[in-house]
Amino acid sequence: MLYREAGQYKTSYQADQAVFPLLQDRVGLLVILFVAYVVIPLTGNDFLINAVMTPFLIFSLAAIGLNLLTGYTGLLSLGSGAFMGVGAYACYKLTTYFPDVNIIIWIVASGFVAALVGAIFGLPSLRIKGFYLAIATLAAQFFLEWSFTRVAWLYNHNVSGAIEVPQRTLFGVPITGPNATAETRYLIVLTIVVGMTWVASNIVHGRIGRMWMAVRDMDIAAELMGIRLLPTKLLAFAVSSFYCGVAGAMMVFLWYGGAESTVFSINQSFTILFMIIIGGLGSLLGAYLGAALIFVLPIVLRFVPPKLGIPVHAATVEHITFMIVGALIIFFLIVEPHGLARLWQIGKQKLRVWPFPY
Amino acid sequence: MDLLYKIFLEPFVQMGTAPDLLVQTLWEGMVGGMLYALIALGFVLIFKASGVFNFAQGIMVVFAALTLIGLHAQGIPAFVALALTIAVMFALAWSVERIVLRPLVNQPDIILFMATFGITYFLIGFGELVFGGDPKTMITEELFLPKGSWDIKMLGGFVSLQKIDVAAAIIASIMVAVLSVFFSKTRIGRALRAVADSHKAALSVGISLEQIWVIVWFAAGLVALVTGIMWGARSNVSFALEIIALKALPVLILGGFTSIPGAIVGGLIIGVGEKLGEFYWGPLVGGGTDSWFAFVIALIFLMFRPQGLFGEKIIERV
Repeated sequence: MLYREAGQYKTSYQADQAVFPLLQDRVGLLVILFVAYVVIPLTGNDFLINAVMTPFLIFSLAAIGLNLLTGYTGLLSLGSGAFMGVGAYACYKLTTYFPDVNIIIWIVASGFVAALVGAIFGLPSLRIKGFYLAIATLAAQFFLEWSFTRVAWLYNHNVSGAIEVPQRTLFGVPITGPNATAETRYLIVLTIVVGMTWVASNIVHGRIGRMWMAVRDMDIAAELMGIRLLPTKLLAFAVSSFYCGVAGAMMVFLWYGGAESTVFSINQSFTILFMIIIGGLGSLLGAYLGAALIFVLPIVLRFVPPKLGIPVHAATVEHITFMIVGALIIFFLIVEPHGLARLWQIGKQKLRVWPFPY
Repeated sequence: MDLLYKIFLEPFVQMGTAPDLLVQTLWEGMVGGMLYALIALGFVLIFKASGVFNFAQGIMVVFAALTLIGLHAQGIPAFVALALTIAVMFALAWSVERIVLRPLVNQPDIILFMATFGITYFLIGFGELVFGGDPKTMITEELFLPKGSWDIKMLGGFVSLQKIDVAAAIIASIMVAVLSVFFSKTRIGRALRAVADSHKAALSVGISLEQIWVIVWFAAGLVALVTGIMWGARSNVSFALEIIALKALPVLILGGFTSIPGAIVGGLIIGVGEKLGEFYWGPLVGGGTDSWFAFVIALIFLMFRPQGLFGEKIIERV
């Protein structure tokens, strides 16, 4: 009843092609942004902000990155964890060499290093596709992971082999390191994620996004239509790695405060892949929904049983989480192979015609 | 210049001066490669018959081995436990077909591939819940597998062959032979190949897809069990095996996804290549190269021959 386009006339092409053509959608987005920017920092406790919201946003960004590659361009990648690592280590090296430059600039700039590495490992994608490409990206995953442990230069020859985040400030307020408050870090992560989502949305709705989708749907046909495959695929790899790299840099600098190479292991790649499968391939909203489900679900599982008075061992919870995630993946693939985002669309469609059946 | 010398000359000088070490390295590479090949064989079986790229093969290996050990720890005699494990693998195959594959019939390959990820995660959680996450020792003696090693004097040194490795080689060869005969001679084997060629055509001549899928998943489960026993006998049985099992993927690339001999040859190439690379060239870059060496070989290989050594040529039409 409330959610309906009746009465909203579009009088220009611009209005007709808007990403959110309905007023209700725009209002909804503003409400979400208001909650994210004002309500949560004001009312949320440290746990909610630091252990739930910040990582959720970071994972969403990584999932968006992988979704640009796998969902929009149809290139399956199992190396996103390693590309996140490239971003993190690049940011660490950049801020070591140029400590006076603002850390936020370096966090975003480290994405370019990840993009370069991603484009290099994307080179085989012209000749191979599907599972074969997935295995080729595994080469990137294992090789980069190995570099993170064996190349001492990357972690400044630390004895521990880990990278530790130095304190950096913005307008005199500490934003990284142990003195930064959870709220500050959350707001910075939020701003970067919102900005990059906006960019991603513009990319996928524009010429580049259409080229990617044409390649996904059938690359030979796309080539015949005049889309040059190699630059298109490499661009997808580069942009995807850029997003993953920034996510990785934020993960270490604004969430963990220090990391070892194991953070960027193959399991990280799988986690992000699950997020986009469950959320929905080829959907930016899906990246958020998937990240919410995969990341928040274990937290809920950990805290709900004790509240209900059921004592559960921490290790047991972890095992059960694994089982539930596995079962959920299968469940969603069976019920809706296009993920949560499609369910959301179906729901919206139902809402538009409600109370009539169609 | 020094680097070039170290890359192109020194390793070969080493090989020439210590041939016994070279033989030892080759042998270890072959044994390791055989185990990769066994995992790859499980992949190939399922891929041939259903076109599903079964990511869960690695965890099936761990799961089978853990079931065997867990049952034996309950006081069940080893061979009864083995039979029970086989029954469990059958139950697993049946439930995978019933719960996962049947509702997903006719979905794109990628969806089925993702579904096997789900199976993997479910089995990891289930296995850890039931058997615990700590590494376990395989019951080698109870299964009458040999222990110890033969030290053979040759080439001015000793080459040590673990008896269990020799046994593994023999068992693997027998298994491959049995599988080949099964695929080419028996009625079910022919049905399997028919399904691999075309689901629809197979259905139209009265082959039951459901039955075939249970059979291939069960066969892959048996291969997983054998792999688990052999690998468990060499080191411990732990969930880390699941990551090692990913090495079967480059083996598949080399061998081609649909070829049983390809899996074996690919496994041996990867195993030997990785051991030689690590032993002679690894120290140059700091060691530990075997985590990625196989994948990089596969990557380079893919550039030139995307269909693998024995795979059928990929022809694409619009």
